[in-house]
Amino acid sequence: MSNFVMNRTKFWARKSREDKIFDVLNLFLLSGLMLVVLYPLYFVVIASISNPDYVYNGEVWLYPKDITFEGYQRIFQDGRIWTGYKNTVIYTLVGTFVNVALTLMAAYALSRKDLAGRNFFMFMFLFTMFFSGGLIPTYLVVKNLGLVNTMWALILPKAVAVWNLIVAKTFFQSTIPDELLESAQMDGCSNTKFFWKIVLPLSKPIVAVMVLFYAVTHWNSFFDALIYLNDEELYPLQLVLRSILIQNEASASMLGDVESFAAQQRIADLIKYGVIIVAAVPLLILYPFIQKYFVKGAMIGSIKG
Amino acid sequence: METKVKTLPWRKAKPKSELKVKSSSKKKIWQNYELYLFLLPTIIYFIIFHYIPMYGILIAFQDYMPTQGVWGSPWVGFEHFIRFFNSYQFWNLLENTLELSFFQLLFGFPLPIIVALLLNQLRNQKYKKFVQTVIYAPHFISVVVLVGMVYVFFSPNGLINNFIMIFGGDPVYFMSEASWFKPLYISSGLWQETGWAAIIYLAALAGVSPEVHEAAIMDGASKMQRIRHVDIPAIMPTAMILLVLSVGNLMNIGFEKAYLMQTPLNVSAGEIIPTYVYKVGLQSAQYSFAAAVGLFNAIINFILLWAVNRAAKKLSGSGLW
Repeated sequence: MSNFVMNRTKFWARKSREDKIFDVLNLFLLSGLMLVVLYPLYFVVIASISNPDYVYNGEVWLYPKDITFEGYQRIFQDGRIWTGYKNTVIYTLVGTFVNVALTLMAAYALSRKDLAGRNFFMFMFLFTMFFSGGLIPTYLVVKNLGLVNTMWALILPKAVAVWNLIVAKTFFQSTIPDELLESAQMDGCSNTKFFWKIVLPLSKPIVAVMVLFYAVTHWNSFFDALIYLNDEELYPLQLVLRSILIQNEASASMLGDVESFAAQQRIADLIKYGVIIVAAVPLLILYPFIQKYFVKGAMIGSIKG
Repeated sequence: METKVKTLPWRKAKPKSELKVKSSSKKKIWQNYELYLFLLPTIIYFIIFHYIPMYGILIAFQDYMPTQGVWGSPWVGFEHFIRFFNSYQFWNLLENTLELSFFQLLFGFPLPIIVALLLNQLRNQKYKKFVQTVIYAPHFISVVVLVGMVYVFFSPNGLINNFIMIFGGDPVYFMSEASWFKPLYISSGLWQETGWAAIIYLAALAGVSPEVHEAAIMDGASKMQRIRHVDIPAIMPTAMILLVLSVGNLMNIGFEKAYLMQTPLNVSAGEIIPTYVYKVGLQSAQYSFAAAVGLFNAIINFILLWAVNRAAKKLSGSGLW
């Protein structure tokens, strides 16, 4: 056995010239790719704490210059950001709860081979991945239900995502053995009890994946809010970000005391960099820890496609 | 090589053990009534928010009046479609939509495959993990923030122009020149999604048993040869399904980003059918006309999906249906 392993390592160690060139080139390419992805993010961080005049003149490249937290101070003075944050947190919590509850229950039912009509239901759901009424008819339905300008307009029309339903169903099918159900049924366990007491405790990874996928969608979504909400008090963070980042509307409370137009422009840019960081902070903090769950979710989805 | 590949172990389908419940279907339904209750909210959701809107497409053939509803509004046949085909924006919209989708697919489809193949060849597992973690990250950035980054980086005094000026070039007004809209749209999309899209291929590559690679090395295959003859055949079915799926969403995808990237000066290149539907339909409340334009978009989309599925089936034997 050990002989075999040794042979094998020797065998891996013997590399042809061509393979060596390939390895070097590969390392070079991937490191380049990584820098291309990383640098813009890094630049936003350093630009958000540098003196805006240096950023404006292109003197900030690798590290922050003349560190200042003025941008963040101005951001946190602004009421809109806080309202947006509060709204987004509420929408994300309530929305994710509705999403996960519906998705897991439906996915479990669909994963049961003894559910009569499961193929019909599956087809009914999958069909909507390729055919939909489109923007206008959906808007009219939401409007007729009286949901416009309420939080529910952001939650109910997105209650279940077909893709996540497939991911969860695939997970249940591959992890809950049929024998488990049989023996539970033998003991007179009802379906609800089985789902609640046995299936869910065995399915913590998929619950985590679902929570994360849905929560990120809610956190990042802006278009539903754009079409369904008119009341500024209800605006989620992403809409506030849009007005600051894209429509260039840093509010009076942010720039009121700055005199010259040029200085206003530079501080507006400083605020933009800061706002990007503020919006991404929850995810940036969590990302390294939850990354593997996302990957797991994406992979479960790919097994069955 | 070809015949050998067909019998490789990872290609064999796993046998599935089916649980056979022996009872009449009526009894089965009654026994599992709780499962139907589990499904019920989801079924109601799909009916209300997906199937009723599908029925609502009928307004594309009407002059929809909110007070009359879908039944009471007068029918006008194909009037809205004809008006759209004859409008001066029609060809520009169609060209923008198809061009943007086409280039997105042209670069967005092969790049993740290449990245996955290269990552799979990295020997240092720690470094591989690190690279992966970094390149997935942009996937979680919201559209608003992504487009916001595009605006600040490509502004006249932004990062990119500072870079151009170091090399003695003149600043480029990226966001106000129509010709830059599509390159910026495509490249920012690649920056955001390439790493994430590579995950699925990495999963498929992880499924290739190491023995196959070892056997190939025994036969003196170089890394390039192994990529060509082992890795690529292994990810082919996944690639085909993803290709069909992405063509199936070609006409819908990226509409939020296009809308956010539009400025008064680049809108001639940035207006695509979905953004037009939004503007006509919701901003100026021409519901029926916008629904007709949306339906036209959906029909083109379906034709593309059908065509690519057929092609995929002919070429590789695996398609979506």
